[in-house]
Amino acid sequence: MSFLPVMLWTDALVFLLIATAIASAWWVRRQPHLLLPWRRVAQSRVGMVSLLVLSLFVLVGVLDSLHYRVALPEKSNGQTVYAPEVLSAFDYLADGLRTHTEKTYSAPLAVYLYAKESMEMADGKVVRDYPRLKYGGAQLADPQRDWLGDVTGRALTGAAAGLLAVLLLAGAVVKVVPAAKKSKPMFAVLVTALLIAAVLGAVADLATAYHVLGTDKVGQDVLYLSLKSIRTGLVIGTVTTLVMLPFALLLGVAAGYFRGWVDDVIQYVYTVLSSIPSVLLIAAAVLMVQVVIGMHADWFDTAAKRADVRLLALCLILGVTSWTGLCRLLRGETLKLREMEYIQAAQAFGVSSFRILMRHIVPNVMHIVLISVVMDFSALVLAEAVLSYVGVGVDPTTNSFGNMINSARLEMAREPMVWWSLASAFGFMLLLVLAANLFADVLRDAFDSRLNRTENS
Amino acid sequence: MIAYLIRRMLYAIPVLIGVNLLTFALFFVVNTPDDMARVQLGIKRVTPEAIEQWKQRHGYDKPLLYNARAAGMDRFTDTIFFDKSASMFVFDFGYSDDGRSISREIVTRMGPSLSIALPTFLIGLVSYVTFALLMTLFRATALDIVGVTLCVVLMSISGLFYIIGGQFLVSKLWHWVPISGYGGGFDNFRFVLLPIVIGVASGIGASSRWYRTIFLEEIGKDYVRTARAKGVSELGVLFRHVLKNAMIPILTGVVVVIPLLFMGSLLTESFFGIPGLGSYTIDAINAQDFSVVRAMVFLGSVLYIAGLILTDISYTLVDPRVRLS
Amino acid sequence: MRWLLCLPLYLLLTACDGGLWNNPYPAADAGKSVFYTAFTARPKHFDPAQAYSEDEYAFLAQIYQPPLQYHYLKRPYTLVPQAASAMPQVRYFDKNNKPLPQHAPAAQIAFSEYEIHLRPDLRYQPHPALARDAAGKPLYMALTEKDWQGIHTLTDFRETGTRAVTAADYVYQIKRLAHPDLYSPIYGVMADYIVGFKEYAKTLREARKKQPEGWLNLNDYPLPGVQVVDAHTYRIRIHGKYPQFAYWLAMPFFAPMPWEAERFYAQPGMRERNLTLDWWPLGSGPYYLSENNPNQRMVLSRNPNFSGEFYPSEGEPGDRKAGLLQDAGKPLPLIDKVVFSREKETIPYWNKFLQGYYDASGISSDSFDQAVQVNVGGEANVTDAMKAQGISLSTSVATSTMFMGFNWLDATVGGPSERARKLRQAISIAVDWEEFISIFANGRGIAAQSPIPPGIFGYRKGEAGINHYVYDWVNGAPQRKSIEVAKQLLAEAGYPGGLDEKTRQPLVIYLDTTATGVGDKSRLDWLRKQFAKINLQLVARSTDWNRFQDKLSKGDTQLFFYGWNADYPDPENFLFLLSGAQAKVKYGGANSANYSNPEYDRLFEQMKNMDNGPARQAIIDQMLEILRRDSPWLWGYHPKDYVLHHSWVHNSKPNKMANNSLKYLRIDAAQRDAMRKQWNQPELWPLALLGAMLAALGGWLWWALRQREQAR
Repeated sequence: MSFLPVMLWTDALVFLLIATAIASAWWVRRQPHLLLPWRRVAQSRVGMVSLLVLSLFVLVGVLDSLHYRVALPEKSNGQTVYAPEVLSAFDYLADGLRTHTEKTYSAPLAVYLYAKESMEMADGKVVRDYPRLKYGGAQLADPQRDWLGDVTGRALTGAAAGLLAVLLLAGAVVKVVPAAKKSKPMFAVLVTALLIAAVLGAVADLATAYHVLGTDKVGQDVLYLSLKSIRTGLVIGTVTTLVMLPFALLLGVAAGYFRGWVDDVIQYVYTVLSSIPSVLLIAAAVLMVQVVIGMHADWFDTAAKRADVRLLALCLILGVTSWTGLCRLLRGETLKLREMEYIQAAQAFGVSSFRILMRHIVPNVMHIVLISVVMDFSALVLAEAVLSYVGVGVDPTTNSFGNMINSARLEMAREPMVWWSLASAFGFMLLLVLAANLFADVLRDAFDSRLNRTENS
Repeated sequence: MIAYLIRRMLYAIPVLIGVNLLTFALFFVVNTPDDMARVQLGIKRVTPEAIEQWKQRHGYDKPLLYNARAAGMDRFTDTIFFDKSASMFVFDFGYSDDGRSISREIVTRMGPSLSIALPTFLIGLVSYVTFALLMTLFRATALDIVGVTLCVVLMSISGLFYIIGGQFLVSKLWHWVPISGYGGGFDNFRFVLLPIVIGVASGIGASSRWYRTIFLEEIGKDYVRTARAKGVSELGVLFRHVLKNAMIPILTGVVVVIPLLFMGSLLTESFFGIPGLGSYTIDAINAQDFSVVRAMVFLGSVLYIAGLILTDISYTLVDPRVRLS
Repeated sequence: MRWLLCLPLYLLLTACDGGLWNNPYPAADAGKSVFYTAFTARPKHFDPAQAYSEDEYAFLAQIYQPPLQYHYLKRPYTLVPQAASAMPQVRYFDKNNKPLPQHAPAAQIAFSEYEIHLRPDLRYQPHPALARDAAGKPLYMALTEKDWQGIHTLTDFRETGTRAVTAADYVYQIKRLAHPDLYSPIYGVMADYIVGFKEYAKTLREARKKQPEGWLNLNDYPLPGVQVVDAHTYRIRIHGKYPQFAYWLAMPFFAPMPWEAERFYAQPGMRERNLTLDWWPLGSGPYYLSENNPNQRMVLSRNPNFSGEFYPSEGEPGDRKAGLLQDAGKPLPLIDKVVFSREKETIPYWNKFLQGYYDASGISSDSFDQAVQVNVGGEANVTDAMKAQGISLSTSVATSTMFMGFNWLDATVGGPSERARKLRQAISIAVDWEEFISIFANGRGIAAQSPIPPGIFGYRKGEAGINHYVYDWVNGAPQRKSIEVAKQLLAEAGYPGGLDEKTRQPLVIYLDTTATGVGDKSRLDWLRKQFAKINLQLVARSTDWNRFQDKLSKGDTQLFFYGWNADYPDPENFLFLLSGAQAKVKYGGANSANYSNPEYDRLFEQMKNMDNGPARQAIIDQMLEILRRDSPWLWGYHPKDYVLHHSWVHNSKPNKMANNSLKYLRIDAAQRDAMRKQWNQPELWPLALLGAMLAALGGWLWWALRQREQAR
């Protein structure tokens, strides 16, 4: 099957971010004084466990960022034609989940639809009952009898396979890197990995035959939707900081270093920006982007691109509203640094300001940047949900936790209650944000215990 | 000190002009006067003439920022921007697009907003400090670890879930309070109870954890050790010394939000149907009522700047070493 | 945590007055004849010349009294007198102003004249604008700075007054429709019909220029087409024959307006206090607005000066059995007070209804689906749980249609070419509205066969009424043609397998929608699935309402979602949506699909002013055949209106045309109180549990602390 790779804007930024992370990791490896705090992170049980969970999320997000378009079987004048639908590597892996859509709601692991329907029986009589699902448990001849056995059987085999895989992997790791055995959090990480693997294995095995988390209003698999939402959350949490970082760093450091009118202007800009209630600013900006997208519909040849630009715009706007905090912190830190003797000395020797900034100031404030980036991540993921509720979040066709909560909210009033969409969004979001929060804590403790802790206000 | 405050207030003027210019620009890119007329005039049977008439009547038929056809200063003053901004500085917000006085609306809506925001703030502060003190008291024990973990879990839950869950349990299943609404007088108690509790609960994770770190920092200081060595009881140390000294960063940290309490909370107010300024803002965004949005942005900015000035003042009050100049 | 301390106090207080904890209304209101309902959107206009939306009419129609109204019970919808003493008499004149017989051909008729006789006993609500002192001089017409002291809202004026409604007041209101400050939405329509209306608007504009502020006394400017005959009679003269004009006379646009009201509100100081006619109505209907707080609640109270209307004594067959005629002949209104609470979110709205705090709930929103089950026979009913609560359901097919329009000007999907027509027909078959209705409306609707909904003249039942391009008649029911037929049509149109024959590119259809709200994603997902059935790609471009309007008026769309609620129950009100003269791009009209077909337009002109009858039906049949063949719309569906109400509400029957139905309702307040009490007993165990847990925790903390202190 041939395909055409598609690079969306946010994909590009995600890969840029990954490249930056790898490059800095490479660089840090050779700087012993910078490596030290990372060692402290590596020694922390909580840190490593949360990193494991986070990296699973990141894995899903990255797989979901590898977009492509499938080639259609027919060719025109020898040229391959591609379907307009943009898929991702994740979609390919989870193809069953994506394509097995039912008619409407069904409960987790259900075999029957949630709503009754009129059905014509073989003898021509019309009965009103719960119809069987098209895919969920379709292999069962008599659900009443076989369902429980089938579900437990699949869960157990899946879990066992997961456990086995992790044990093999762990064995291999220990073989290759014997030092890992002595590492303090090794045991905790292994236990977590086994736990996760068991759950994942069970879910993966069940997902081939059932809708593990049920289906939504139009019959889409909720598990699939939740997994797809991860990418949106990650992009909002990371790309936002990526785009705001250069501004905050540049302006904050410049304001603190040059003082005088530069400081005045920069302070003026961020006072103005931060004094506008952020929801209003975001609302106005998102509406504006919508207008621009609406006016230039021809810029985007696929729906995915439209939605992606909207997501990117949201990141930019969130970046604009959130860079002021970091900028202020950096300005304060630079004010302190520039009074240091070595910088005074450098100035006295006539070293150019640019060199001083690059060599002495910026490296010394990087820990603040790192910490605030990690701390902002969870806040941004949570903000997306609220913004989608207000109606200025991501595109309604984008899978995101905010959109999921928003549509699931109304389902709570149904009788019997449709709780699974909301519960899934809740669970996945909690797991992601919790892991991020815990990791941020560990990182902060490792990097600087002197750092003023009031910054998370 | 007074000279300093006056300077700060004068500095607010260019900031507010900047705020105005920015919102103005953002809003008019989104919202041409034609759009506004259409929203106001309804859906069915709207004629182009009616739109023109509406624009004329409401002063939106002028150029946005620069009037090339006018002479002298009128080039800048005979524009939509000047018309709609100048009066703001004397807090005359004019009329919303449906013809109601905005200032009046703001005044009537402040009460409901405050009746939720103020108790949430005060009760919140007290309970967060209490909780943080408890964790400090039992630091490095199982209780502390459980407490901190609880905090992290609580702050990892989206605020939406607190509201949805709270309404579902307390109002729907247990029939304790009305699900939504707002009433006058004493009866109001039952309406505001749940929003306040939810407001307090949703902030408990982040704030308690933050306060705990402040207390811990304070408790490691020398004077605390001295006091303890003198035989002052643990509770005594905590309340007489730690709490007193830690209140300085806590109070100065929260002072900035006090004026913003007037603005109310967007989510809580719209979920609970409270007729405050938060829901006013949301309605205005949805109805694209430019006049109201500008007024709210202006008000928000003024209150924020007021908060900054209050913070400065509170520094000098609690810490005599700080001098404002 | 402090609030816990207050709880016992709170318990005590509520226990004393016997109220329920979650009762959102003052306990003192128990047992009173009050009807509780909700409003979701804040009404914009209360001026009868401006208001034109359903949420405004929910209030206005109770307050203002136009000459006619729709019969509450009879179907199809019939007009009956309201303020008029009898149905208006129409006389026809030729262009030389000579009277013509009643059955004169429409082409000869140059003018029609409606003569309306009013009931003599009509009086306005108590209102300060009508207050007079002992000497008969108006009290509040010359307010000075001093008079304003202590006055913030309308209810702060101490004195009120009333007076009889005269024919001149009705004429005054018609003149207001041309007022330059009011932008009445129907001015455009009326300018085409009422004699001299266009010139009148021009006169008023001139007058406004001369006098830019203050009250413009319309009595000084005569309007030739509308004349007062005597105190209780007036005449309206319109161009040509326009039988639909009578329907307009049932809308608040034609309610009486005393000139005192305009003069009163034009005084300086009024607008600053939000005192305008657009906000504080002055009417002669069964209720008046006694509390006006659009952020929280609106209250309608019985107008003490209202009399002379009685509950109808005949209705549709079956109404008697349904108990709808029990109150026949009783004076209206039957309820003293109506409380509208603002309810922005649907979940609280729905839950309060289930708890008995709202008496009725129009289940217009999706979240209310679960209330309704559709049984084997396709008949809707409430769920068993709700049946146990005594909730019952009344249904009626709304006089509205929800459709998706193809832009006729679009190069791909629009135009009269055979290719585009087949493409549209293929899509019409593929989009399965029956499934849409069952998923998104839980059966609350019927798939449309044409723009005309049931209950409107021109709609045909059975085989004769189905769209043969999309349906087959199988076993006495319409059956959607198979997807193979659609694929075949698509291939004939030049898109075999969804690929353009020439370019070999997949065909992408763009849908413009304003869908950004809750649950819209699933609708879009569903639509995409429908198009995918015939291998077409649907791309949704969601945008805000303004941008959407903009695109429509520029013709910059392919496919769009739209809906239409009838102004009046006449086929003309639906078929004009497709008439070429109404094209959106060319004329800024209501035909947003820009459909144009000369044959259709010719038939439309012919049908427009005909009286209902076989001849009109024949023409409509022809028109519908043209439409179905051309398929400029996906005909979509006609939503069904469902009203859920509790067992204590009587006389409820959904009536899409009559907005003034509150006066017919009756409630049993004692039964309501008993039910509320039964349903809303607070659960105490979580409270006890919470208290116990807190006590245990406190005790344990205390103990731990003591241990520590002693250990030191």
